[in-house]
Amino acid sequence: MAFPPEWGSKIMETLANLAMGFSIALTPYTLMLAIIGCFVGTIIGALPGLGPSNGVALLIPISFSMGLDAISALVLLTSVYYGAMYGGRISSILLNIPGDEPAMMTTLDGYPMAKQGKASEALVVSGVASFVGAMLATIGLMIFAPYLARVAYQFGPAEYFALYMLAFCTLGGIGSSNQAKTAMAAAIGLGIAMIGMDKTTGMPRFTFGELHLMDGVDFLVAIVGLFAVAEVFHFIESHGKDSAIGVKLGKILVPWRMLKQTSGAMLRGTGIGFVAGVLPGAGASLGSFLAYMAEKSVAKGADKASFGKGNPKGVAAPEAGNNAAAGGALVPMLTLGVPGSGTTAVLLALLLTLNITPGPLLFAERPEVVWSLIASLLIANVVLLLMNVPMVKVFVKILSVPAWVLLPGVTMIAFVGIYSLTGSSFDMLLMVAFGVLGYVMRKLGIPTVPVILGILLGNAMEDNLRRAMVLSNGDWWYLLSSPIAIGLLIAAIVGFVAPIFLRRILKKPAVPHDPTLNED
Amino acid sequence: MLIVALGYILSARGIQTSFMSDPVGPRVFPYLVAAVVILCSLVMILRPDPDEDWPAGPMVLQLGIALVVLMGYSQAISQLGFLIPTAIVAGILSWQIGGNPVRSAITGLGLSVGLFVLFRVILGLGLRGLPAGMGF
Repeated sequence: MAFPPEWGSKIMETLANLAMGFSIALTPYTLMLAIIGCFVGTIIGALPGLGPSNGVALLIPISFSMGLDAISALVLLTSVYYGAMYGGRISSILLNIPGDEPAMMTTLDGYPMAKQGKASEALVVSGVASFVGAMLATIGLMIFAPYLARVAYQFGPAEYFALYMLAFCTLGGIGSSNQAKTAMAAAIGLGIAMIGMDKTTGMPRFTFGELHLMDGVDFLVAIVGLFAVAEVFHFIESHGKDSAIGVKLGKILVPWRMLKQTSGAMLRGTGIGFVAGVLPGAGASLGSFLAYMAEKSVAKGADKASFGKGNPKGVAAPEAGNNAAAGGALVPMLTLGVPGSGTTAVLLALLLTLNITPGPLLFAERPEVVWSLIASLLIANVVLLLMNVPMVKVFVKILSVPAWVLLPGVTMIAFVGIYSLTGSSFDMLLMVAFGVLGYVMRKLGIPTVPVILGILLGNAMEDNLRRAMVLSNGDWWYLLSSPIAIGLLIAAIVGFVAPIFLRRILKKPAVPHDPTLNED
Repeated sequence: MLIVALGYILSARGIQTSFMSDPVGPRVFPYLVAAVVILCSLVMILRPDPDEDWPAGPMVLQLGIALVVLMGYSQAISQLGFLIPTAIVAGILSWQIGGNPVRSAITGLGLSVGLFVLFRVILGLGLRGLPAGMGF
């Protein structure tokens, strides 16, 4: 381990880097983008049926065709991402509809609080908890990411292949109901990634003679189709009957006593959430789940009994955990190029669209990107806290937009995004096809996130496998030739098998919705 | 459920044979992927989950209408411009979700004009409003 003087210089280095990041990210123009992004993001998060993944996916093509430069686009969309994470809690608390999967745990105590007339308190507590979780996690990201990048620097093709295996195997986590379905989804994604011209040989694969498919399937088309268009089909089937009765919202006051009372829960939730986020594949859902369960188990007596009936700690812990995990999940995404969740997969897609390839080299070669991203996360956080507490009422109003206006609007935005990006009718048809695929998969209970991950990582995974085979003259044992690779593969196997047993032990708490669904 | 899983196997087989024209290199990885799909299908057949309720007759029709409308929209937007197809398609989708024709027509028109203003005027995207040759 490092010695104290070395720690000092490390801290100085980190601060210097951060100052550089702020100098890039903190111009009036980017600040304006951050505010717009936070506002739009919170709305997206608050609207039932639209989560951070859908929201960012919808906006990538649009911000791309607006011709924003890399840093501006990054600031705008990370603000949207964080904003949507914040916004998700509004519909969880007021409507008992989680905007996305990680927000599910917040419904357990948030909705009862709202029914008891403490909606504004629940919103403020969860807002502050989100801020604490996200802020501390971003600081954790600054500390840990450079270390991990240095380790990852030594990775060869065999290690990368093992790493991708780990990402796919752990993706299911305890969220999915069936490991075979998760693996199936990942394989479908990998199969789709194979479409197009093979880079090494120049031979077309799976193009069925279709010229449009020579370049492969654009991952943005797939993401928007699977997330947004599939949602439309789902809504048509349900006839938008999910719309719930609103809850009265009183005057917004800052409940200082309640904040003090829940501060311990927030800090514990943050710690748990961050660790869960860093673990590949675990992601924010696990973070909020574990934070809630841990908080419940440390509580005593009457306090414990009130969990699930409107205990503010039951709001604070999962919200802190959820947002901390979102920050923690950026660590493997930035340093290894391996996203652990749906939202980080979408952020990876964003970086790839901007021609930024995450990985250990990113820290060495383009520090300005990394540090301005981190700076923009911090900015977004502060903006969100300032925006959310006084403006909660505005967002609550927006919640009452009926589904029959919202969903057609979302569809049109999806089409415009892809159209202005590629200008091709074929890509739009492909997007509709992905929408159908997403709908069918959802019916079958197959998660869609692994498909996205497969499409994003498929080519890199194959490249590394083939490079490893070239290095070793086709000896498959080469994949097991280094301790890191073996360790990663073992972790992958454990990560794949363990949830099957864990699920039996951790029998679900009274979760109101099926966890395999993105949102409902 | 069973039938779908079998379908997956069949399509995986189809994928395998389509590689035969390729040299050895590019085939290995897709083989692995196909193997995983087959394995998962087998698991899903042997240990099936409870069936989801699939949409029945009229609902299939509704979903089919939505699908056709969206496919048509993919073609129309590049030829007829943004405004007219958007108003029609948004109106139909709105009607399918909300079920009130008048409300839906207003929604369609509103979304069409509103989004056009947002994208074209405020965000400056290269959208064409009307069919080619009619200005905008």
